[in-house]
Amino acid sequence: MTATAAPSIAAAPAITPRLRAEGLTRRFKERTALDGLSFDVAPGEIFGLLGPNGAGKTTAFRLLAGLIPPDAGTLALDGRPTDGGDVRYRARLGVVFQEPSLDLKLTGRENLRLGAALYGLPRPLAAQRIDAALALMALGDRADEAAATYSGGMRRRIEIARVLLHEPSLLLLDEPGRGVDPEALRRIWDQLVALVAARGLSVIVTTHQPEEAERCHRIAILDGGRLTALGTPDELRARVAGDVIRVRGDRPEEIRDTIAARLHLTGRVLDGDVVIEAPRGHEIVPRIAELFSSGRLASLATSRPTLADVFAKLTGRGLAS
Amino acid sequence: MIGTVAALAGRDLRRFFRQPSRIVGAAAQPLILWAVLGAGLGGSFRPAGGSGVDYLHYFYPGVVVLTLLFSAIFSTISVIEDRHHGFLQAVLAAPVSRASLVLGKTLGGVAIASMQAAILLALAPLAGFHAGAMNWPLLALALPLSALGFTALGFAMAWWIDSTQGYHAVMMGALIPLWMLSGAMFPPSGDSRWIGTLMALDPMTYTVSAIRRGFHGDGLPAALVPTGGSTATDLALVGLVALVALAAAVALCRRRV
Repeated sequence: MTATAAPSIAAAPAITPRLRAEGLTRRFKERTALDGLSFDVAPGEIFGLLGPNGAGKTTAFRLLAGLIPPDAGTLALDGRPTDGGDVRYRARLGVVFQEPSLDLKLTGRENLRLGAALYGLPRPLAAQRIDAALALMALGDRADEAAATYSGGMRRRIEIARVLLHEPSLLLLDEPGRGVDPEALRRIWDQLVALVAARGLSVIVTTHQPEEAERCHRIAILDGGRLTALGTPDELRARVAGDVIRVRGDRPEEIRDTIAARLHLTGRVLDGDVVIEAPRGHEIVPRIAELFSSGRLASLATSRPTLADVFAKLTGRGLAS
Repeated sequence: MIGTVAALAGRDLRRFFRQPSRIVGAAAQPLILWAVLGAGLGGSFRPAGGSGVDYLHYFYPGVVVLTLLFSAIFSTISVIEDRHHGFLQAVLAAPVSRASLVLGKTLGGVAIASMQAAILLALAPLAGFHAGAMNWPLLALALPLSALGFTALGFAMAWWIDSTQGYHAVMMGALIPLWMLSGAMFPPSGDSRWIGTLMALDPMTYTVSAIRRGFHGDGLPAALVPTGGSTATDLALVGLVALVALAAAVALCRRRV
């Protein structure tokens, strides 16, 4: 018995991803918003879709949430193919939208009850899970106040709590950082990571913030509707050689050209900064400083590459643009 | 399905009761219209057949229909914004059928419209109606059925048009003339054939007629009913309109684009 069961358990995660997307393509009139996106998400994995606005993240999200059908490509959840529209697929998802979707006239608890009803949870079970979710999200004491009185971070937490009530196997989050302050966002991510660890839930999150992408197990970088790179944060960072030196000052093009002429280091201007990629950044910084008269540079720093640097290297553009 | 419908309808009711301005506004607006128009036009109102009905009395059932209409417009306009940027997104992502979304939303609207109509029913003695003479079972049937038609139509339009300005333009531009022609403001006069024909073609004529029969009970002068007909035909047509509007709303809502 155990001899036959063991290999299948060991092999299952490798063979059957939680979600498999193959060749997802979506056009809006003439514009191709998403062009052949393929990726797998493993059970218990936090998977990020990183890119600036217009990269195709939101289109990908709406396809995955089943709100729009793809023009081409396939989706499969735990090996079962779906076009995203069927009820069985959607019952396994928890979807949190970028725009607030709480009813602000209702209390937090009423919003949760409504969510539970939409996912067909029997009332006693719903009540039990709502209490547990409120405790987990540390919202218990405000649960019976109108959602309109909540902060952005609390609203997000209630929205996440709402889509966890039916115990989905895949959580979709569209830009969870939008409208939430950094401290609240950090708490949300801590809770998310704990949930994934506790329940084996898979998460797909879209973001344009490198800080959020850092917390994903793997990231797909999207640009112009296409997949540009896919890997763990470390793998992606390894694509940037050495350190990243950032020089800020007026007329950045002039600064870039001076550094190129005197130190033979190629940089590029990105969102107003001169960005240079080089090994041993701490040795280069003093040499750059010597090139300019005091006050010419506003700031000069070296750091390990971030995912924003990776994105810039791959696409030649900043994430914010 | 029933759970979803009840949850969505219940949500709309809760929202309604938490916005007191909406409760007051929805009932006050038609009442003001009734008092102002009624008082202004009363002097020149001479229905054919000389039934001796004064205008405030005549106009009242039409005002109740207008209340249902306004209520339906108010409760479905939120569909437009909610669908792309709010609560309805979460409903669309949930494993519920689009039909139950339409039913939940329209039945919530029907409940709200019926409550507003109930306020006007309670005030009916002001317009000279006697509670004892009114046909209550007919009103209890005709009012929610009419509200269902209006709300389902509002939902279908909101889904199809997808812009608040466009929605306002269509709902006001199409429905107010239909309401004016329905016998709500004036009965058919023998002189103008074409108006009479338009009135007979206007589906809302049968709504107003059914509700007017409910208000007047057995004492309804025949001259005040634009179509002749009977209570049964009125109700059948009101029901048919509601069904068609509901089917249209479900069909539109089912498309994934």
